[in-house]
Amino acid sequence: MTIELRNVAKRFGSFAAVNGVSLHVERGELVALLGPSGSGKTTLLRIIAGLEYADAGEVLFDGEDAGDRDVARRRVGFVFQHYALFRHMTVFENVAFGLRVMGRAKRPADDVIREKVTALLRLVQLEPMAGRYPSQLSGGQRQRIALARALAIEPRMLLLDEPFGALDAKVRKELRRWLRGLHDEMGFTSLFVTHDQEEALELADRVVVMNQGRIEQVGTPQEVYDRPATPFVYEFLGNVNRIACTIIDGQVDLWGHQFSVETAERGRREGYAYLRPHDIEILTTSGASSRAHVKHISATGPVARVELAIEGVATPIEAELSRQQLDALGLRLGQPVLVQPRNVRIFPVDAAA
Amino acid sequence: MKAPSRSIAASPTARFALIASALTFIGIFLLLPLVTVFVEALSGGVSKYMAAIVEPDALAALRLTLLIAVISVPLNMVFGVTASWAISKFDFWGKSLLITMIDLPFSVSPVISGLIYVLLFGAQGLLGPYLAEHDIQIVFAVPGIVLATIFVTFPFVARELIPLMQEQGTESEEAARSLGASGWQMFTRVTLPNIKWGLLYGVLLCNARAMGEFGAVSVVSGHIRGLTTTMPLHVEILYNEYNFVAAFAVASLLAFLALITLLLQSVLEWRDAAMTTAAGASL
Repeated sequence: MTIELRNVAKRFGSFAAVNGVSLHVERGELVALLGPSGSGKTTLLRIIAGLEYADAGEVLFDGEDAGDRDVARRRVGFVFQHYALFRHMTVFENVAFGLRVMGRAKRPADDVIREKVTALLRLVQLEPMAGRYPSQLSGGQRQRIALARALAIEPRMLLLDEPFGALDAKVRKELRRWLRGLHDEMGFTSLFVTHDQEEALELADRVVVMNQGRIEQVGTPQEVYDRPATPFVYEFLGNVNRIACTIIDGQVDLWGHQFSVETAERGRREGYAYLRPHDIEILTTSGASSRAHVKHISATGPVARVELAIEGVATPIEAELSRQQLDALGLRLGQPVLVQPRNVRIFPVDAAA
Repeated sequence: MKAPSRSIAASPTARFALIASALTFIGIFLLLPLVTVFVEALSGGVSKYMAAIVEPDALAALRLTLLIAVISVPLNMVFGVTASWAISKFDFWGKSLLITMIDLPFSVSPVISGLIYVLLFGAQGLLGPYLAEHDIQIVFAVPGIVLATIFVTFPFVARELIPLMQEQGTESEEAARSLGASGWQMFTRVTLPNIKWGLLYGVLLCNARAMGEFGAVSVVSGHIRGLTTTMPLHVEILYNEYNFVAAFAVASLLAFLALITLLLQSVLEWRDAAMTTAAGASL
């Protein structure tokens, strides 16, 4: 099903948790809500689920207003950050819960419930655990039971709050891949909340970057990573060098390289240049033209990081290059080099706040 | 884990002294009086003991005490669950005031609690003329005793449940709702099972106090023998009449009820502990 948000807002006291958010999610899409804590991403997810009511704005499912439908009637599969399994029930009963509380007219017969729950447990590969209690399961297993429980009511969409937040790195990676496979197989619309950019970029079809209750940018992982719309997105996604610069008539001089800013503004203005470490080319040189020298080299793993001290720039900038490139250049500590930025985005100072 | 336990257990002498002083204290202040009650009660022989218990006024006191407990404990159970639910799951204006109010019966002397009802419902009280007009007797009658008991025992269930429910949070309830459960289904299938041990514990404490309350009940009862004397009041009356064997016999019955409550509580705690360790063992 499609999800549409129109100017949704929610305040807690004087704090604007969600501040006028509009978003459209297509059928079958897997969308990540990405942002730092307090950015309103979880509140937004809870509003979609009906666990929280928006002060203003509309929530539409398949074009139909869902605002007055409470959580029990929205048929959303919600997976909680800490799973919220019923600790006094066995794994089997946890998964069966949504079926057992159905109205008499809709409730399936006991043997149908048994079949369905068993099928779900097989789907999450935990069939042998049916008789255990949640406290007897590992974190990853609990997560999958929470998922199976949410799927039992045949939800129209799946909403996951920090689904991998409480798991260790290895389990997280496995479960991520598994969830992506499950989503593709079942074909429902899914939204998940995360503060982990790697998770969002790897898993999602589209990423919604949020900050201070607003959407900063919506796009595919490539779009938001390669063409961040705002300074916030630049700093939140991936490593970036931020260099203070001066914009004069829409032009910036960065260590002898000219860049233009898309602005009609004339005159002089302070700004910041954003430069990804892998967008920096290092050239060895002899003579006086060099304005930088190598300060530190860290070459563990496939990617080498080189810290460069640049004349007239207070903080060193970081460049990334492959081990082969590093070997070909034959860099040494203290060596004078030429630095060539390949891809720079410049934002005037007020926007970079 | 090892370092702190070793430093605490370092001196066997200190350990022995601590255990011994604790046991001595319990022996002198708790065990000895309890034993005395039974010894004194049986000092005139079993027949005198039985006679004191089956005496009509004593039986009336026992019946009244049980009646008071049967009325006030379920009511406080419902009040306690409702108040704890409201406090732990919602944010509302006046919440901290409500928390303070729940503790009020603990911080006020029971005698004053009783007096409040006399001042409110007594002949000279605020609602006295109205009650007299409609021939409703509250003070110096069973309703007054029930009211005073409810007031005094109000905090037990709520005090037990609020921290428990706050710690458990609302996620389980939200999960139940998102799976399509109605409010009632959520309460009976998720909330109640989660709080059942705390609730039972609170109810037992509430019950023990309801049966044993003296001060508040003494003020509102009017001490009409066979009609408005509960067991603690009956014990006092007998004692003041120098009828020591009977006084201790009734007291022993009261102590016996308290011991049963304690026993039940220990069994529940033990079962709870057994269940948690069984669940945690294979983690």
